[in-house]
Amino acid sequence: MTQATRQDPDSEFPGEGVLPQSLMPEELADEVERRTVEIDSHALNFGPQHPSAHGVLRLVLEMEGEVVARAVPHIGLLHRGTEKLIEHKTYQKALPYFDRLDYVSPMCEEHAFALATEKLLGIEAPDRAKWIRVIFAEITRILNHILNLTAMGLDCGAVTPALWGYEEREKLIEFHEAASGARFHANYFRPGGVARDLPAGLEERIANWAEEFPSWIDDLESLLTENRIWKQRTVGIGVFTSEQALAWGFSGPCLRGSGVPWDLRRSQPYDNYDQVTFNVPVARHGDCYDRYLIRVAELRESVKIIRQGLEKIKPGPIKIQDPKFSAPPRAVMKRSMEALIHHFKLFTEGYHVPPGATYTAVETPKGEFGVYLVADGSNRPYRCKIRPTGFSHLQAIDEMSRRSMLADTVAIIGSLDLVFGEVDR
Amino acid sequence: MVDDPAPVSVGAPASSSLPHLAFVLSTSLPGVSSAALEGGELVVRTHRDRLIPLMLLLRDDPRFRCEQLMDLCGVDFPQREERFDVVCNLLSVSHNHRIRVIVTTDELTPVPSVHTLWPCATWWERECYDLLGVLFSGQPDLRRILTDYGFEGHPLRKDFPLTGYVEVRYDPERRQIVREPVSLTQDFRDFDFVSPWEGVLTLPGDERAHELRQIMQKLK
Repeated sequence: MTQATRQDPDSEFPGEGVLPQSLMPEELADEVERRTVEIDSHALNFGPQHPSAHGVLRLVLEMEGEVVARAVPHIGLLHRGTEKLIEHKTYQKALPYFDRLDYVSPMCEEHAFALATEKLLGIEAPDRAKWIRVIFAEITRILNHILNLTAMGLDCGAVTPALWGYEEREKLIEFHEAASGARFHANYFRPGGVARDLPAGLEERIANWAEEFPSWIDDLESLLTENRIWKQRTVGIGVFTSEQALAWGFSGPCLRGSGVPWDLRRSQPYDNYDQVTFNVPVARHGDCYDRYLIRVAELRESVKIIRQGLEKIKPGPIKIQDPKFSAPPRAVMKRSMEALIHHFKLFTEGYHVPPGATYTAVETPKGEFGVYLVADGSNRPYRCKIRPTGFSHLQAIDEMSRRSMLADTVAIIGSLDLVFGEVDR
Repeated sequence: MVDDPAPVSVGAPASSSLPHLAFVLSTSLPGVSSAALEGGELVVRTHRDRLIPLMLLLRDDPRFRCEQLMDLCGVDFPQREERFDVVCNLLSVSHNHRIRVIVTTDELTPVPSVHTLWPCATWWERECYDLLGVLFSGQPDLRRILTDYGFEGHPLRKDFPLTGYVEVRYDPERRQIVREPVSLTQDFRDFDFVSPWEGVLTLPGDERAHELRQIMQKLK
């Protein structure tokens, strides 16, 4: 408003009342000194507050009209120095940091660290703990895929799947809460097992849910899979060949969408994944639509794995029965001096991990999530390099979205399934 | 469009072929300082000048065929002369094995960049440079990646304090972001857990018994 009054020709202050050039009479406009300001109108800042940037991605797009000539991602806006913090914590205290990496699939990240520590310690979780970990890793996978599929739909203009998806996610988050006490940052898996046993009745609740859930997937598919607009937005968009996908370090659904049959749960099975049967969906075209189809198919496979896990799980110990690695039960502590000492030592000093190094990777919903853990014999990791999944996916976005439309870049970001807690660490 | 069920190419279980690969790598290839199984994982150490030919071989030779560079990172050992390990974790999708290649370097000597072999190496190398200060020769895009714009120092070095040096906050009076030296009301509590009962070998008045123990150990 102030600017408008200032430019009013009838203003009381004639010195300030200068009309914009475009509104001036021609003869006046020529007298005003012309200044040329060069603005590179072809660079577009996408994010970091853009809702379809899925977090804090700053993407500098060089545009040629509506076509993306180059996409330069700027990351690190959510960098919290997780790896440095882990170097200063005991192994037990380092575990919750993994929830906060990929906050959409927390338990799968914990799984990687728990397995890496177990490998260095040379211990193995009991059978029931392994089944619990498998079941909850798959629940987490479904949680992640629902959010990704529906958010990707939202980016492309389909609002309903997101509303339906949140309702379904709520049920799964309740399972998380029942098992671990927390809805998101579970801190449930431990080197040597899980934190505590499943509460009574939870297995039946999960089993009942697993009966109903496939019909929800059908509903989701009825909204998207054959939807004309959805296919126009995704088919043939962001095509990546299998050679490209391998060279750019892709993993998970993005790699399988490009036609490489590779799933760590199948090829390098950990915990009890070798005792369940499931299919590994693979697609050929490597476009956004195929990545979508892969994730939908994985939802169904995860339900299968959960059902098998619930059938095969038996009562038993849920963490390794060695007081040097797992805390004694509260009741025992009240009576046993030994248990009290173990508890005290475990929660102050933690356990010492023998020197060595391991690269342990698990198949998280987004792909291969690895932990390169170097131990020096002390009670803290010497180095804990986290290999995030989205890091290499995001790096390829320049190649993937080159010569595509601006709106297609949004679909590509959605199909890559990025979470910046993990990319930035 | 989605093949179901998919024929997943699972080669021999990873562990069975690895000793053979370790043998091949340590005997028949030039420039490999050592190749051995460490904790069931194949670790190859080499000199940085030999890195590129070795990596090319690991990628293209049909015996190894590591199509993917899954991870590249640095580890800092400040007490060593060449303080940094640069660790590359390779994955072969067709043979289902992982190979880890380790080279060492110091603050000033660059490691040859492998981004020509795997384009995804660019960001890993940028990250390694950003967090540890390892230089990579032949890498055209060696900028910081994870830390803030205008950050100084390399935070994952062991001599970099956990709290850092500078804290950033918004100053509502000046209406701008200000950077100030870190001031903490309480230091990070860094306990050492060396037990006085475990660390000391010779207790006062117990010297003779200690000598005897040492002799016994030598005899063993």
